[in-house]
Amino acid sequence: MNSKLSVVPQRPAPHTHDRAAVDRIMLNVCLALVPATAFGFYLFGWPAAMLWLVTCSAAIITEALCLLLQDKSLHALRDSSALLSGWLLAMTLPPWAPWWIGAGGAAFAIAVGKHLYGGVGQNIFNPAMLARVALLVSFPLQMTTWIQPLGFESPDFLTSVQIIFSGWQPNDGLTGATILGELKTGYAAGSVEALSQTHFNGIQSLLGQTAGSMAETSEFLVLLGAIWLLHKRIISWHIPISMLLVTALLALVSHHANPDHYASPLLHLSSGGIMLGAFFIATDYVTSPSSKLAQCLFGAGCGFVVFAIRSWGGFPEGIGFAVLFMNALTPLLDRYCKPRVYGRSINGKPINVKAQSRKVN
Amino acid sequence: MFAWTRTRGGVHPTGHKETTAQRDILTQLPLPPRLILPLFQQSGANCLPVVKVGDAVAKGQQIAVSGAGLSTNLHAPTSGTIVGLQDVVAPHPSGLAAPAILLEPDGEDRWLAPARSDDPFARSPEQLSDEVERAGIVGLGGAIFPSAIKLRQGRRFEIKTLIINGGECEPYLTTDDRLMRERAEEIIEGARLIQHIIECYEIIVGIEDNKPEAIAAMKQAAKPYGKIRVQAVPAMYPMGSAKQMIQALTGREVPAGGRSNDLGILVHNVATAYAIQQALRYGRPLLSRVLTVAGACVNTPYNVEALFGTPIQFVIDQCGGLIKKPARLVMGGPMMGQQLPSTAVPVMKGTSGVLALTSREVNEKTPSPCIRCSRCVEACPMGLVPLEMAKFARADDFDSASDYGLRDCILCGSCSYVCPSHIPLVNYFEYARGELKQRKLSAQKLSYTQQLTAARNERMEKEAELKRAAKAAKAAKKKRQKKPANSEECDS
Repeated sequence: MNSKLSVVPQRPAPHTHDRAAVDRIMLNVCLALVPATAFGFYLFGWPAAMLWLVTCSAAIITEALCLLLQDKSLHALRDSSALLSGWLLAMTLPPWAPWWIGAGGAAFAIAVGKHLYGGVGQNIFNPAMLARVALLVSFPLQMTTWIQPLGFESPDFLTSVQIIFSGWQPNDGLTGATILGELKTGYAAGSVEALSQTHFNGIQSLLGQTAGSMAETSEFLVLLGAIWLLHKRIISWHIPISMLLVTALLALVSHHANPDHYASPLLHLSSGGIMLGAFFIATDYVTSPSSKLAQCLFGAGCGFVVFAIRSWGGFPEGIGFAVLFMNALTPLLDRYCKPRVYGRSINGKPINVKAQSRKVN
Repeated sequence: MFAWTRTRGGVHPTGHKETTAQRDILTQLPLPPRLILPLFQQSGANCLPVVKVGDAVAKGQQIAVSGAGLSTNLHAPTSGTIVGLQDVVAPHPSGLAAPAILLEPDGEDRWLAPARSDDPFARSPEQLSDEVERAGIVGLGGAIFPSAIKLRQGRRFEIKTLIINGGECEPYLTTDDRLMRERAEEIIEGARLIQHIIECYEIIVGIEDNKPEAIAAMKQAAKPYGKIRVQAVPAMYPMGSAKQMIQALTGREVPAGGRSNDLGILVHNVATAYAIQQALRYGRPLLSRVLTVAGACVNTPYNVEALFGTPIQFVIDQCGGLIKKPARLVMGGPMMGQQLPSTAVPVMKGTSGVLALTSREVNEKTPSPCIRCSRCVEACPMGLVPLEMAKFARADDFDSASDYGLRDCILCGSCSYVCPSHIPLVNYFEYARGELKQRKLSAQKLSYTQQLTAARNERMEKEAELKRAAKAAKAAKKKRQKKPANSEECDS
């Protein structure tokens, strides 16, 4: 009886949308990385820039290959998530590492860290950190050859090509240990206090005039980008602040208890990749929890592991391990830290209020 | 004072309210050549026509009665002749045609009866709620739930607070805003009449703080009466949802699976309060409503008071027509409204707006994979985890989706609105809820069938038992009858 007069394909509500888009978010994060990266290029010269370029291109090319292999549209490249993963990886590499470290690392990050799990949004572990840790355990020598900041005295273009592309070994005059590396030996000797007094300058360390990874030496510039992201509401404060707070608090307490064995909070917060880790890596959407409480716990966990590895572990720096460790806990945190639902108590039972029948006098 | 901390989540879509909010409601529209009155103007069952083709009807004359269960009456919006009872293209979610009454106005606009002039406050609450039922009033905020049923429930339970909902949070829509500015006194009287019916202690009028003129007008109108408080609430979407409005005004939450009655609260929309006032004060049934005609494709956006059944095209023409072909025509607000199949469909009781949107306004993109950015979690006013719910709904794992709050979802669309991957989250939830409902229904059906089968088996058993007994009795009788013969035989 009901003849189908018209069946129009209807689009579901809402019929309007926020301007937010994935590519916009990714590009904003990349933009936030620009100051620290540019400063890294200045500190470590052409080789750093080349390594960055190689790493980012390798990430994008691997992404394209993976998409092609899966018969997916190359349209997905537009979201720039591969660029971001490659960029983040490059920032954490030793600035004069050979090209195959960057290219191989980026390929590993994208192919194994991301596409093996099913592509964007499906990976459990942060691809950049996965690649960094894989490189660190496989090629410890290349991954721990730190260059002293050179500024404008960096090598010219041709020398740089040689450094990056033809297995050049730096002479000892150019390299140096990071402060965290030095402290690692200091922990055993119980001379942390003495070491940090002679080898550590808080201001210089914050500004980035130290040996270290390509673009994470300047906590100040990383923070600048982070503030931009916070302002844009691309990241929230929960993960980074709880992470930094926990590391700082643990450092404060233990430093007070035993300054010869534990570094000061300032040293912890201004060295290594903690700022980059807290604001750019731990906050990775895909691998961090979604509710606010879970995010705070996630951050706190990262902070604790970082402190533990730096103070008692076998590696001088522990951001990568800390983030990967907490990544593994993310599904668990998400499961047990669901937000309280409107009209329900925290354990999910409906709030206990019952309608009162009208009193009839 | 701390109301802004009370609700959580929500989004702040661009308002697009400026133009229509500044213009008076267009009333006294010319009569359209034909009115189309679908029978499903309320939530629940269709109403049933009580007129036949060729009947002459007067303005306000009842032309359809409540169907079974939830339903309402329908009245002739103007005087004229019934020219058809047939299926029409209708703004129904199914996109299918729906039955409707067609009315050709005679141009006289002749009322069935003159307006009442007696004091409604002198009549009894029961009488008044019957009158609301007869007037065919439904919730005009969008839920189109029959108002009389809400009032009766309000009488059954002890209601302390009546909330008049002026939180018109959908972008573009300004009908409640304009109504409050222009007809504040009528709305306040309507609220007082509801108060009279449900015998509550106080009335709170909750208005979003982006409507200062409406707040001022309502405060002015409420001044002479005690126990009416006009309170500003923060402007955010979905403040107009009853649950969020209650939370913002009282700090309390409606229990999951419960109703606002449980808190001793009843919520009515401002437009409904106005309709109730018109029905009780003047005896006028619900014949027209104010709707916003807006969107970048409309020549001069306006709020229009249109008779039910007026074709949307006619209403748009009153606003200067369309200046370009809209990418999407929407009935209601852009967040929860429904795409219109065509402009031939009529204005109905639930039509709070008609939007002709450009593709830029719609901003639709192909969905991409979820990146777990958790913006939907932040935006959800109910504290749910939409990304997880969607994940499970997509996999048809409705039980897990329920664990993450599928049942508590109010389908407000905030999550879809903020999703940077443009995932139609709310669409998944609608689907999942539909499936759950279907499952529940079939489970009910199954258990009913089992019950019936069990009953049948029992009955058959009993019948068989009886039959056996009868047979046995018969056999025994036969035996007894035969026995003498047998004995004879034996004897011989």
